[in-house]
Amino acid sequence: MTSISPAILLLERRNAAGPLRLGGELRDLARQSSLLFELVHRDLTVRYKRSFLGFFWTMLHPLLLMLIFAAVFSNLFRFQTPHYETYFLSAYVAWNFFAQTVVNAMASMAWNGNLMKRVRVPLSIFTLSTAISGLVNLFLSMAVLLAIMIAVRAPLRPSLLFLPVSLAILFVFTLGVSLALTAVSVFFGDVREMVQAGMPALMYLTPIIYPMAIVPERFQWLVRMNPLMYIVELVRLPIYYGVVPSARITAGGVIVAAASLTVGWMIFRRLAPRFHAHL
Amino acid sequence: MNALELHAVSVRYRERKIRSLKEAVVRGLTARVRPEWFYSLREVSLNVGRGEAVGVIGANGAGKSTLLRVAAGITSPSSGVAITRGTIAPVMELGTGFEAELSGRENIFFNGALLGRTRADMRARLDEIIALSGLQSFVDLPLRTYSTGMVARLAFAVATTIDAETILLDEILAVGDAAFQRQCNERIERFVHGGHTVVVVSHDLDAVERLCPRAVWIADGQLAADGDAAEVVARYRAFIADRRSVRQSSAAASA
Repeated sequence: MTSISPAILLLERRNAAGPLRLGGELRDLARQSSLLFELVHRDLTVRYKRSFLGFFWTMLHPLLLMLIFAAVFSNLFRFQTPHYETYFLSAYVAWNFFAQTVVNAMASMAWNGNLMKRVRVPLSIFTLSTAISGLVNLFLSMAVLLAIMIAVRAPLRPSLLFLPVSLAILFVFTLGVSLALTAVSVFFGDVREMVQAGMPALMYLTPIIYPMAIVPERFQWLVRMNPLMYIVELVRLPIYYGVVPSARITAGGVIVAAASLTVGWMIFRRLAPRFHAHL
Repeated sequence: MNALELHAVSVRYRERKIRSLKEAVVRGLTARVRPEWFYSLREVSLNVGRGEAVGVIGANGAGKSTLLRVAAGITSPSSGVAITRGTIAPVMELGTGFEAELSGRENIFFNGALLGRTRADMRARLDEIIALSGLQSFVDLPLRTYSTGMVARLAFAVATTIDAETILLDEILAVGDAAFQRQCNERIERFVHGGHTVVVVSHDLDAVERLCPRAVWIADGQLAADGDAAEVVARYRAFIADRRSVRQSSAAASA
Protein backbone atom coordinates (compact mmCIF):
# COMPACT_ATOMS: atom_id res chain seq x y z
CA MET A 1 0.00 0.00 0.00
CA THR A 2 2.23 2.76 -1.21
CA SER A 3 1.21 6.36 -1.45
CA ILE A 4 -0.50 7.51 -4.62
CA SER A 5 1.72 9.43 -6.97
CA PRO A 6 0.20 12.52 -8.59
CA ALA A 7 1.26 11.47 -12.10
CA ILE A 8 -0.94 8.40 -11.86
CA LEU A 9 -3.97 10.56 -11.10
CA LEU A 10 -3.90 11.91 -14.63
CA LEU A 11 -4.34 8.43 -16.06
CA GLU A 12 -7.88 8.49 -17.37
CA ARG A 13 -9.32 5.64 -19.34
CA ARG A 14 -12.52 5.68 -21.31
CA ASN A 15 -14.35 2.52 -22.15
CA ALA A 16 -16.94 3.43 -24.75
CA ALA A 17 -19.00 1.66 -27.40
CA GLY A 18 -17.63 1.43 -30.95
CA PRO A 19 -14.64 0.01 -32.81
CA LEU A 20 -11.14 -0.02 -31.30
CA ARG A 21 -8.97 2.98 -31.98
CA LEU A 22 -5.50 2.41 -33.32
CA GLY A 23 -3.93 5.00 -31.01
CA GLY A 24 -5.56 3.55 -27.92
CA GLU A 25 -4.63 -0.01 -28.84
CA LEU A 26 -1.00 0.90 -29.52
CA ARG A 27 -0.81 2.84 -26.25
CA ASP A 28 -2.24 -0.13 -24.34
CA LEU A 29 0.19 -2.50 -26.06
CA ALA A 30 3.09 -0.26 -25.11
CA ARG A 31 1.81 -0.02 -21.54
CA GLN A 32 1.47 -3.78 -21.34
CA SER A 33 4.72 -4.57 -23.11
CA SER A 34 5.81 -6.63 -20.12
CA LEU A 35 2.75 -8.83 -20.68
CA LEU A 36 3.72 -9.21 -24.32
CA PHE A 37 7.14 -10.36 -23.18
CA GLU A 38 5.62 -12.79 -20.67
CA LEU A 39 3.24 -14.25 -23.25
CA VAL A 40 6.08 -14.94 -25.66
CA HIS A 41 8.16 -16.31 -22.81
CA ARG A 42 5.31 -18.59 -21.72
CA ASP A 43 4.71 -19.76 -25.28
CA LEU A 44 8.32 -20.71 -25.78
CA THR A 45 9.02 -22.19 -22.35
CA VAL A 46 5.86 -24.28 -22.31
CA ARG A 47 6.68 -25.56 -25.76
CA TYR A 48 10.28 -26.40 -25.01
CA LYS A 49 10.14 -27.23 -21.34
CA ARG A 50 8.48 -30.59 -21.11
CA SER A 51 10.99 -32.40 -23.21
CA PHE A 52 14.70 -32.10 -23.16
CA LEU A 53 14.63 -32.32 -26.93
CA GLY A 54 11.89 -29.70 -27.26
CA PHE A 55 13.71 -27.59 -29.80
CA PHE A 56 14.72 -30.66 -31.72
CA TRP A 57 11.10 -31.76 -32.05
CA THR A 58 9.98 -28.52 -33.65
CA MET A 59 12.83 -28.81 -36.13
CA LEU A 60 12.16 -32.48 -36.76
CA HIS A 61 8.98 -31.85 -38.71
CA PRO A 62 10.50 -29.60 -41.41
CA LEU A 63 13.62 -31.74 -41.50
CA LEU A 64 11.65 -34.92 -42.13
CA LEU A 65 9.54 -33.16 -44.69
CA MET A 66 12.67 -31.88 -46.35
CA LEU A 67 14.13 -35.37 -46.51
CA ILE A 68 11.00 -36.70 -48.15
CA PHE A 69 10.69 -33.83 -50.58
CA ALA A 70 14.39 -33.86 -51.29
CA ALA A 71 14.30 -37.59 -52.01
CA VAL A 72 11.22 -37.39 -54.17
CA PHE A 73 11.71 -34.14 -55.99
CA SER A 74 15.42 -33.77 -56.36
CA ASN A 75 15.20 -36.50 -58.95
CA LEU A 76 12.30 -34.78 -60.61
CA PHE A 77 13.82 -31.32 -60.67
CA ARG A 78 17.40 -32.47 -60.81
CA PHE A 79 18.39 -30.52 -63.86
CA GLN A 80 16.81 -27.15 -62.98
CA THR A 81 17.51 -27.03 -59.26
CA PRO A 82 20.88 -27.85 -57.82
CA HIS A 83 20.88 -27.84 -54.02
CA TYR A 84 17.20 -28.65 -53.98
CA GLU A 85 17.20 -28.86 -50.15
CA THR A 86 18.19 -25.19 -49.95
CA TYR A 87 15.68 -24.29 -52.63
CA PHE A 88 12.88 -26.00 -50.74
CA LEU A 89 13.83 -25.10 -47.17
CA SER A 90 14.44 -21.39 -47.83
CA ALA A 91 10.82 -21.05 -48.92
CA TYR A 92 9.44 -23.62 -46.54
CA VAL A 93 10.65 -21.95 -43.33
CA ALA A 94 8.95 -18.73 -44.47
CA TRP A 95 5.79 -20.62 -45.35
CA ASN A 96 5.88 -22.54 -42.09
CA PHE A 97 6.09 -19.31 -40.11
CA PHE A 98 3.07 -17.96 -41.97
CA ALA A 99 0.93 -21.10 -41.66
CA GLN A 100 1.85 -21.83 -38.02
CA THR A 101 1.29 -18.25 -36.91
CA VAL A 102 -2.13 -17.96 -38.53
CA VAL A 103 -3.33 -21.27 -37.10
CA ASN A 104 -1.79 -20.71 -33.65
CA ALA A 105 -3.15 -17.18 -33.46
CA MET A 106 -6.68 -18.49 -33.92
CA ALA A 107 -6.08 -21.14 -31.27
CA SER A 108 -4.66 -18.54 -28.88
CA MET A 109 -7.99 -16.71 -28.86
CA ALA A 110 -9.70 -19.86 -27.65
CA TRP A 111 -6.99 -20.65 -25.08
CA ASN A 112 -6.86 -17.14 -23.68
CA GLY A 113 -10.59 -16.50 -23.75
CA ASN A 114 -10.67 -16.76 -19.98
CA LEU A 115 -7.98 -14.14 -19.61
CA MET A 116 -9.80 -11.73 -21.86
CA LYS A 117 -12.87 -12.04 -19.68
CA ARG A 118 -11.06 -11.36 -16.45
CA VAL A 119 -8.22 -8.98 -17.08
CA ARG A 120 -7.98 -5.80 -19.07
CA VAL A 121 -5.67 -6.56 -21.96
CA PRO A 122 -5.39 -5.07 -25.42
CA LEU A 123 -7.21 -7.71 -27.44
CA SER A 124 -4.66 -7.84 -30.22
CA ILE A 125 -1.89 -8.79 -27.77
CA PHE A 126 -2.47 -12.53 -28.18
CA THR A 127 -2.20 -12.40 -31.97
CA LEU A 128 0.89 -10.23 -31.71
CA SER A 129 2.55 -12.48 -29.14
CA THR A 130 1.83 -15.56 -31.26
CA ALA A 131 3.47 -13.88 -34.24
CA ILE A 132 6.49 -12.90 -32.15
CA SER A 133 6.97 -16.43 -30.78
CA GLY A 134 6.64 -17.64 -34.36
CA LEU A 135 9.38 -15.22 -35.31
CA VAL A 136 11.68 -16.65 -32.64
CA ASN A 137 11.07 -20.11 -34.07
CA LEU A 138 11.69 -18.75 -37.55
CA PHE A 139 15.09 -17.45 -36.45
CA LEU A 140 15.93 -20.87 -35.04
CA SER A 141 14.84 -22.52 -38.29
CA MET A 142 16.96 -20.06 -40.25
CA ALA A 143 19.95 -20.99 -38.13
CA VAL A 144 19.33 -24.67 -38.87
CA LEU A 145 18.97 -23.87 -42.56
CA LEU A 146 22.31 -22.03 -42.58
CA ALA A 147 23.93 -24.99 -40.84
CA ILE A 148 22.53 -27.32 -43.50
CA MET A 149 23.73 -25.01 -46.26
CA ILE A 150 27.23 -25.08 -44.81
CA ALA A 151 27.06 -28.87 -44.45
CA VAL A 152 26.05 -29.44 -48.06
CA ARG A 153 28.42 -26.72 -49.29
CA ALA A 154 25.72 -24.55 -50.75
CA PRO A 155 27.20 -21.10 -51.34
CA LEU A 156 26.55 -18.40 -48.70
CA ARG A 157 26.39 -15.02 -50.38
CA PRO A 158 26.36 -11.40 -49.17
CA SER A 159 22.74 -11.09 -50.38
CA LEU A 160 21.84 -12.83 -47.10
CA LEU A 161 22.14 -9.39 -45.54
CA PHE A 162 18.88 -8.49 -47.28
CA LEU A 163 17.02 -11.11 -45.19
CA PRO A 164 15.97 -8.79 -42.35
CA VAL A 165 13.97 -6.75 -44.86
CA SER A 166 12.36 -9.90 -46.27
CA LEU A 167 11.50 -11.20 -42.82
CA ALA A 168 10.02 -7.85 -41.78
CA ILE A 169 7.72 -7.94 -44.82
CA LEU A 170 6.83 -11.56 -44.09
CA PHE A 171 6.05 -10.65 -40.47
CA VAL A 172 3.78 -7.72 -41.34
CA PHE A 173 1.93 -9.75 -43.95
CA THR A 174 1.40 -12.64 -41.53
CA LEU A 175 0.28 -10.34 -38.73
CA GLY A 176 -2.39 -8.81 -40.96
CA VAL A 177 -3.80 -12.15 -42.08
CA SER A 178 -3.71 -13.40 -38.48
CA LEU A 179 -5.59 -10.38 -37.13
CA ALA A 180 -8.37 -10.79 -39.67
CA LEU A 181 -8.73 -14.54 -39.23
CA THR A 182 -8.51 -14.54 -35.42
CA ALA A 183 -11.26 -11.94 -35.25
CA VAL A 184 -13.52 -13.91 -37.57
CA SER A 185 -12.73 -17.23 -35.86
CA VAL A 186 -13.93 -15.86 -32.51
CA PHE A 187 -17.38 -15.55 -34.04
CA PHE A 188 -17.39 -18.65 -36.18
CA GLY A 189 -15.76 -21.69 -34.63
CA ASP A 190 -15.53 -23.56 -37.91
CA VAL A 191 -13.28 -20.97 -39.55
CA ARG A 192 -10.30 -22.41 -37.72
CA GLU A 193 -10.89 -25.86 -39.18
CA MET A 194 -11.49 -24.43 -42.63
CA VAL A 195 -8.22 -22.50 -42.53
CA GLN A 196 -6.36 -25.51 -41.21
CA ALA A 197 -7.74 -27.62 -44.04
CA GLY A 198 -7.02 -24.94 -46.61
CA MET A 199 -3.39 -24.37 -45.64
CA PRO A 200 -1.88 -27.41 -47.44
CA ALA A 201 -3.82 -26.47 -50.59
CA LEU A 202 -2.44 -22.94 -50.38
CA MET A 203 1.03 -24.35 -49.93
CA TYR A 204 0.82 -26.30 -53.16
CA LEU A 205 -0.54 -23.23 -54.93
CA THR A 206 2.62 -21.38 -53.94
CA PRO A 207 5.90 -22.27 -55.62
CA ILE A 208 7.55 -23.77 -52.55
CA ILE A 209 8.35 -27.38 -53.40
CA TYR A 210 8.36 -26.92 -57.16
CA PRO A 211 10.10 -24.33 -59.32
CA MET A 212 7.92 -21.78 -61.08
CA ALA A 213 9.28 -23.04 -64.41
CA ILE A 214 7.36 -26.33 -64.25
CA VAL A 215 4.03 -24.50 -64.09
CA PRO A 216 2.49 -24.56 -67.58
CA GLU A 217 2.61 -21.18 -69.30
CA ARG A 218 -1.18 -20.69 -69.32
CA PHE A 219 -1.46 -21.23 -65.53
CA GLN A 220 1.43 -19.03 -64.53
CA TRP A 221 -0.80 -15.97 -64.14
CA LEU A 222 -2.80 -17.93 -61.55
CA VAL A 223 0.28 -18.58 -59.44
CA ARG A 224 1.35 -14.97 -59.84
CA MET A 225 -2.02 -13.83 -58.43
CA ASN A 226 -1.10 -15.51 -55.17
CA PRO A 227 0.23 -12.75 -52.90
CA LEU A 228 2.22 -15.33 -50.99
CA MET A 229 4.43 -15.83 -54.02
CA TYR A 230 5.99 -12.41 -53.53
CA ILE A 231 6.54 -13.00 -49.84
CA VAL A 232 8.11 -16.43 -50.36
CA GLU A 233 10.31 -15.24 -53.22
CA LEU A 234 11.56 -12.32 -51.12
CA VAL A 235 12.97 -14.86 -48.67
CA ARG A 236 14.20 -17.36 -51.23
CA LEU A 237 15.99 -14.97 -53.58
CA PRO A 238 18.67 -13.80 -51.14
CA ILE A 239 19.21 -17.28 -49.64
CA TYR A 240 19.07 -19.62 -52.60
CA TYR A 241 19.71 -17.50 -55.66
CA GLY A 242 22.11 -15.23 -53.87
CA VAL A 243 20.63 -12.07 -55.32
CA VAL A 244 18.96 -9.05 -53.78
CA PRO A 245 15.28 -9.08 -54.86
CA SER A 246 14.42 -6.69 -57.66
CA ALA A 247 12.63 -3.42 -56.91
CA ARG A 248 9.51 -4.83 -58.53
CA ILE A 249 9.31 -7.87 -56.28
CA THR A 250 10.25 -5.89 -53.18
CA ALA A 251 7.59 -3.28 -53.96
CA GLY A 252 5.09 -6.06 -54.58
CA GLY A 253 5.89 -7.59 -51.19
CA VAL A 254 5.65 -4.24 -49.39
CA ILE A 255 2.28 -3.47 -50.99
CA VAL A 256 0.89 -6.92 -50.22
CA ALA A 257 2.09 -6.71 -46.61
CA ALA A 258 0.76 -3.19 -46.08
CA ALA A 259 -2.62 -4.12 -47.57
CA SER A 260 -2.77 -7.22 -45.38
CA LEU A 261 -2.08 -5.31 -42.18
CA THR A 262 -4.51 -2.51 -43.04
CA VAL A 263 -7.38 -4.82 -43.93
CA GLY A 264 -6.57 -7.15 -41.03
CA TRP A 265 -6.66 -4.31 -38.51
CA MET A 266 -9.87 -2.88 -39.97
CA ILE A 267 -11.63 -6.21 -39.54
CA PHE A 268 -10.15 -6.75 -36.07
CA ARG A 269 -11.09 -3.32 -34.71
CA ARG A 270 -14.71 -3.70 -35.79
CA LEU A 271 -15.19 -7.18 -34.37
CA ALA A 272 -13.12 -6.90 -31.18
CA PRO A 273 -15.71 -5.03 -29.06
CA ARG A 274 -18.07 -7.99 -29.44
CA PHE A 275 -15.51 -10.70 -28.62
CA HIS A 276 -16.53 -11.03 -24.98
CA ALA A 277 -19.97 -12.35 -25.89
CA HIS A 278 -18.44 -15.17 -27.91
CA LEU A 279 -15.41 -16.29 -25.94
CA MET B 1 -12.93 13.84 -8.80
CA ASN B 2 -14.50 10.43 -9.23
CA ALA B 3 -12.37 7.33 -9.52
CA LEU B 4 -15.06 5.61 -11.54
CA GLU B 5 -17.97 6.87 -13.59
CA LEU B 6 -20.53 4.95 -15.58
CA HIS B 7 -22.70 7.01 -17.88
CA ALA B 8 -25.83 5.25 -19.13
CA VAL B 9 -23.95 2.02 -19.74
CA SER B 10 -25.79 -0.79 -21.50
CA VAL B 11 -24.41 -4.18 -22.42
CA ARG B 12 -26.50 -6.42 -24.62
CA TYR B 13 -26.07 -9.77 -26.32
CA ARG B 14 -27.82 -11.55 -29.14
CA GLU B 15 -30.02 -14.13 -27.57
CA ARG B 16 -29.56 -16.66 -30.35
CA LYS B 17 -25.92 -16.82 -31.12
CA ILE B 18 -24.67 -18.03 -34.46
CA ARG B 19 -21.69 -20.23 -33.78
CA SER B 20 -20.38 -21.23 -37.19
CA LEU B 21 -19.95 -19.78 -40.61
CA LYS B 22 -21.99 -22.66 -42.01
CA GLU B 23 -24.87 -21.73 -39.73
CA ALA B 24 -24.57 -18.08 -40.71
CA VAL B 25 -24.76 -18.92 -44.39
CA VAL B 26 -27.71 -21.26 -43.90
CA ARG B 27 -29.51 -18.71 -41.74
CA GLY B 28 -28.83 -15.94 -44.21
CA LEU B 29 -30.23 -17.98 -47.08
CA THR B 30 -33.35 -19.26 -45.36
CA ALA B 31 -34.99 -16.77 -43.02
CA ARG B 32 -34.12 -13.31 -41.87
CA VAL B 33 -34.07 -13.67 -38.12
CA ARG B 34 -34.61 -10.42 -36.26
CA PRO B 35 -31.94 -10.20 -33.56
CA GLU B 36 -33.40 -10.60 -30.12
CA TRP B 37 -31.36 -8.76 -27.54
CA PHE B 38 -30.64 -9.80 -24.05
CA TYR B 39 -29.64 -6.93 -21.79
CA SER B 40 -27.01 -7.66 -19.20
CA LEU B 41 -26.96 -4.03 -18.14
CA ARG B 42 -29.48 -1.38 -19.10
CA GLU B 43 -28.69 2.32 -18.84
CA VAL B 44 -26.73 2.09 -15.62
CA SER B 45 -25.18 5.29 -14.31
CA LEU B 46 -22.96 5.27 -11.28
CA ASN B 47 -20.28 7.47 -9.74
CA VAL B 48 -17.73 6.20 -7.25
CA GLY B 49 -15.58 8.81 -5.55
CA ARG B 50 -11.91 8.39 -4.78
CA GLY B 51 -11.32 6.34 -1.65
CA GLU B 52 -14.90 5.15 -1.49
CA ALA B 53 -15.77 1.51 -0.79
CA VAL B 54 -18.87 0.27 -2.55
CA GLY B 55 -20.49 -3.15 -2.29
CA VAL B 56 -22.47 -4.45 -5.25
CA ILE B 57 -25.26 -6.88 -4.41
CA GLY B 58 -28.04 -8.60 -6.30
CA ALA B 59 -29.28 -11.98 -7.51
CA ASN B 60 -27.24 -14.30 -9.72
CA GLY B 61 -27.25 -13.11 -13.31
CA ALA B 62 -28.42 -9.62 -12.40
CA GLY B 63 -25.44 -8.02 -14.09
CA LYS B 64 -23.06 -7.43 -11.16
CA SER B 65 -20.05 -9.03 -12.80
CA THR B 66 -20.78 -7.34 -16.11
CA LEU B 67 -20.81 -4.02 -14.27
CA LEU B 68 -17.41 -4.76 -12.83
CA ARG B 69 -16.06 -5.86 -16.21
CA VAL B 70 -17.21 -2.69 -17.93
CA ALA B 71 -15.68 -0.63 -15.14
CA ALA B 72 -12.41 -2.53 -15.50
CA GLY B 73 -12.39 -2.01 -19.26
CA ILE B 74 -12.58 -5.74 -19.94
CA THR B 75 -15.96 -5.68 -21.62
CA SER B 76 -16.84 -2.75 -23.82
CA PRO B 77 -20.35 -1.35 -23.45
CA SER B 78 -22.90 -1.61 -26.26
CA SER B 79 -23.76 2.00 -25.52
CA GLY B 80 -22.72 4.55 -22.96
CA VAL B 81 -19.26 5.16 -21.56
CA ALA B 82 -17.24 4.12 -18.51
CA ILE B 83 -14.45 6.35 -17.25
CA THR B 84 -11.81 5.35 -14.73
CA ARG B 85 -9.14 7.56 -13.25
CA GLY B 86 -5.95 6.19 -11.79
CA THR B 87 -4.51 2.72 -11.75
CA ILE B 88 -7.01 -0.07 -11.53
CA ALA B 89 -6.66 -3.73 -10.65
CA PRO B 90 -9.52 -6.13 -11.33
CA VAL B 91 -9.50 -9.34 -9.30
CA MET B 92 -12.19 -11.31 -11.07
CA GLU B 93 -11.23 -14.80 -10.17
CA LEU B 94 -8.27 -16.12 -8.27
CA GLY B 95 -5.78 -17.97 -10.39
CA THR B 96 -6.67 -16.30 -13.68
CA GLY B 97 -3.95 -17.01 -16.18
CA PHE B 98 -2.09 -19.55 -14.12
CA GLU B 99 -0.14 -21.97 -16.23
CA ALA B 100 0.34 -25.52 -14.94
CA GLU B 101 3.66 -26.08 -16.69
CA LEU B 102 5.32 -22.97 -15.28
CA SER B 103 6.79 -22.81 -11.80
CA GLY B 104 5.20 -20.77 -9.03
CA ARG B 105 7.82 -18.10 -9.48
CA GLU B 106 7.25 -17.83 -13.23
CA ASN B 107 3.51 -17.69 -12.62
CA ILE B 108 4.03 -14.77 -10.25
CA PHE B 109 5.76 -12.83 -13.01
CA PHE B 110 3.15 -13.81 -15.58
CA ASN B 111 0.28 -12.80 -13.33
CA GLY B 112 1.94 -9.54 -12.44
CA ALA B 113 2.31 -8.78 -16.15
CA LEU B 114 -1.40 -9.47 -16.65
CA LEU B 115 -2.08 -6.73 -14.13
CA GLY B 116 0.32 -4.38 -15.89
CA ARG B 117 3.41 -4.90 -13.73
CA THR B 118 6.94 -5.20 -15.06
CA ARG B 119 9.41 -7.90 -14.05
CA ALA B 120 11.31 -5.36 -11.95
CA ASP B 121 8.08 -4.42 -10.14
CA MET B 122 7.36 -8.03 -9.38
CA ARG B 123 10.91 -8.80 -8.33
CA ALA B 124 10.55 -6.14 -5.65
CA ARG B 125 7.39 -7.83 -4.40
CA LEU B 126 8.56 -11.40 -4.81
CA ASP B 127 9.65 -12.02 -1.22
CA GLU B 128 6.43 -10.62 0.16
CA ILE B 129 4.35 -12.76 -2.18
CA ILE B 130 6.27 -15.93 -1.41
CA ALA B 131 6.01 -15.27 2.31
CA LEU B 132 2.30 -14.54 2.11
CA SER B 133 1.59 -17.65 0.05
CA GLY B 134 3.60 -19.87 2.39
CA LEU B 135 4.98 -21.82 -0.57
CA GLN B 136 8.66 -21.64 0.39
CA SER B 137 10.62 -24.30 -1.47
CA PHE B 138 7.67 -25.22 -3.69
CA VAL B 139 7.96 -21.91 -5.50
CA ASP B 140 10.31 -23.30 -8.13
CA LEU B 141 8.28 -26.41 -8.89
CA PRO B 142 5.73 -26.51 -11.71
CA LEU B 143 2.25 -25.42 -10.67
CA ARG B 144 0.81 -28.81 -11.64
CA THR B 145 2.51 -30.31 -8.57
CA TYR B 146 0.61 -27.96 -6.22
CA SER B 147 -2.48 -28.77 -4.19
CA THR B 148 -5.62 -26.73 -4.84
CA GLY B 149 -5.10 -24.88 -1.59
CA MET B 150 -1.56 -23.93 -2.55
CA VAL B 151 -2.71 -22.54 -5.88
CA ALA B 152 -5.44 -20.52 -4.15
CA ARG B 153 -2.98 -19.09 -1.62
CA LEU B 154 -0.52 -18.15 -4.31
CA ALA B 155 -3.24 -16.54 -6.41
CA PHE B 156 -4.47 -14.57 -3.45
CA ALA B 157 -0.98 -13.44 -2.54
CA VAL B 158 -0.31 -12.21 -6.07
CA ALA B 159 -3.68 -10.48 -6.41
CA THR B 160 -3.50 -8.59 -3.17
CA THR B 161 0.14 -7.57 -3.24
CA ILE B 162 -0.56 -5.67 -6.42
CA ASP B 163 -1.51 -2.22 -5.32
CA ALA B 164 -3.61 -0.05 -7.51
CA GLU B 165 -5.68 2.97 -6.57
CA THR B 166 -8.90 1.25 -7.53
CA ILE B 167 -9.50 -2.40 -6.75
CA LEU B 168 -12.38 -4.33 -8.23
CA LEU B 169 -13.17 -7.60 -6.47
CA ASP B 170 -15.56 -10.19 -7.76
CA GLU B 171 -16.76 -12.86 -5.34
CA ILE B 172 -13.35 -13.77 -4.08
CA LEU B 173 -14.79 -13.99 -0.59
CA ALA B 174 -16.66 -17.10 -1.61
CA VAL B 175 -13.71 -19.44 -2.07
CA GLY B 176 -11.44 -21.15 0.40
CA ASP B 177 -11.74 -22.32 3.98
CA ALA B 178 -12.57 -20.16 6.98
CA ALA B 179 -8.95 -19.17 7.65
CA PHE B 180 -8.48 -18.18 4.03
CA GLN B 181 -11.67 -16.14 4.04
CA ARG B 182 -10.56 -14.35 7.18
CA GLN B 183 -7.28 -13.53 5.47
CA CYS B 184 -9.21 -12.18 2.47
CA ASN B 185 -11.38 -10.04 4.68
CA GLU B 186 -8.41 -8.59 6.51
CA ARG B 187 -6.74 -7.73 3.26
CA ILE B 188 -9.87 -6.04 1.88
CA GLU B 189 -10.22 -4.06 5.11
CA ARG B 190 -6.68 -2.87 4.65
CA PHE B 191 -7.52 -1.73 1.12
CA VAL B 192 -10.61 0.10 2.35
CA HIS B 193 -8.85 1.81 5.24
CA GLY B 194 -5.72 2.47 3.20
CA GLY B 195 -7.52 5.00 1.04
CA HIS B 196 -8.06 2.76 -1.98
CA THR B 197 -11.21 2.91 -4.02
CA VAL B 198 -12.80 -0.51 -3.67
CA VAL B 199 -15.75 -1.96 -5.53
CA VAL B 200 -16.64 -5.41 -4.31
CA VAL B 201 -19.25 -7.76 -5.73
CA SER B 202 -20.43 -10.23 -3.13
CA HIS B 203 -23.27 -12.42 -2.01
CA ASP B 204 -22.03 -12.14 1.55
CA LEU B 205 -24.36 -9.38 2.72
CA ASP B 206 -22.84 -9.22 6.20
CA ALA B 207 -19.41 -8.65 4.71
CA VAL B 208 -20.71 -5.93 2.42
CA GLU B 209 -22.40 -4.19 5.35
CA ARG B 210 -19.28 -4.43 7.46
CA LEU B 211 -16.73 -3.45 4.81
CA CYS B 212 -18.54 -0.87 2.72
CA PRO B 213 -20.31 2.30 3.81
CA ARG B 214 -22.18 2.34 0.52
CA ALA B 215 -23.96 -0.39 -1.42
CA VAL B 216 -25.52 -0.71 -4.88
CA TRP B 217 -28.25 -3.19 -5.66
CA ILE B 218 -28.47 -4.43 -9.24
CA ALA B 219 -31.62 -6.19 -10.38
CA ASP B 220 -32.21 -7.36 -13.96
CA GLY B 221 -29.39 -5.21 -15.26
CA GLN B 222 -30.73 -2.04 -13.70
CA LEU B 223 -29.87 0.00 -10.67
CA ALA B 224 -32.49 -0.96 -8.06
CA ALA B 225 -31.00 0.96 -5.14
CA ASP B 226 -27.91 2.98 -4.32
CA GLY B 227 -27.03 4.44 -0.95
CA ASP B 228 -26.15 3.68 2.64
CA ALA B 229 -25.06 0.04 2.82
CA ALA B 230 -27.18 -0.88 5.84
CA GLU B 231 -30.26 0.56 4.18
CA VAL B 232 -29.72 -1.03 0.76
CA VAL B 233 -28.86 -4.41 2.29
CA ALA B 234 -31.97 -4.25 4.46
CA ARG B 235 -34.16 -3.51 1.43
CA TYR B 236 -32.54 -6.32 -0.52
CA ARG B 237 -33.07 -8.73 2.38
CA ALA B 238 -36.69 -7.71 2.64
CA PHE B 239 -37.09 -8.26 -1.12
CA ILE B 240 -35.62 -11.76 -0.91
CA ALA B 241 -37.72 -12.69 2.12
CA ASP B 242 -40.79 -11.36 0.35
CA ARG B 243 -40.11 -13.36 -2.78
CA ARG B 244 -39.41 -16.48 -0.78
CA SER B 245 -42.69 -16.22 1.10
CA VAL B 246 -44.57 -15.68 -2.16
CA ARG B 247 -42.90 -18.77 -3.59
CA GLN B 248 -43.66 -20.78 -0.46
CA SER B 249 -47.29 -19.78 -0.35
CA SER B 250 -47.77 -20.56 -4.02
CA ALA B 251 -46.05 -23.91 -3.45
CA ALA B 252 -48.35 -24.53 -0.51
CA ALA B 253 -51.38 -23.58 -2.59
CA SER B 254 -50.45 -25.98 -5.36
CA ALA B 255 -49.71 -28.82 -2.91
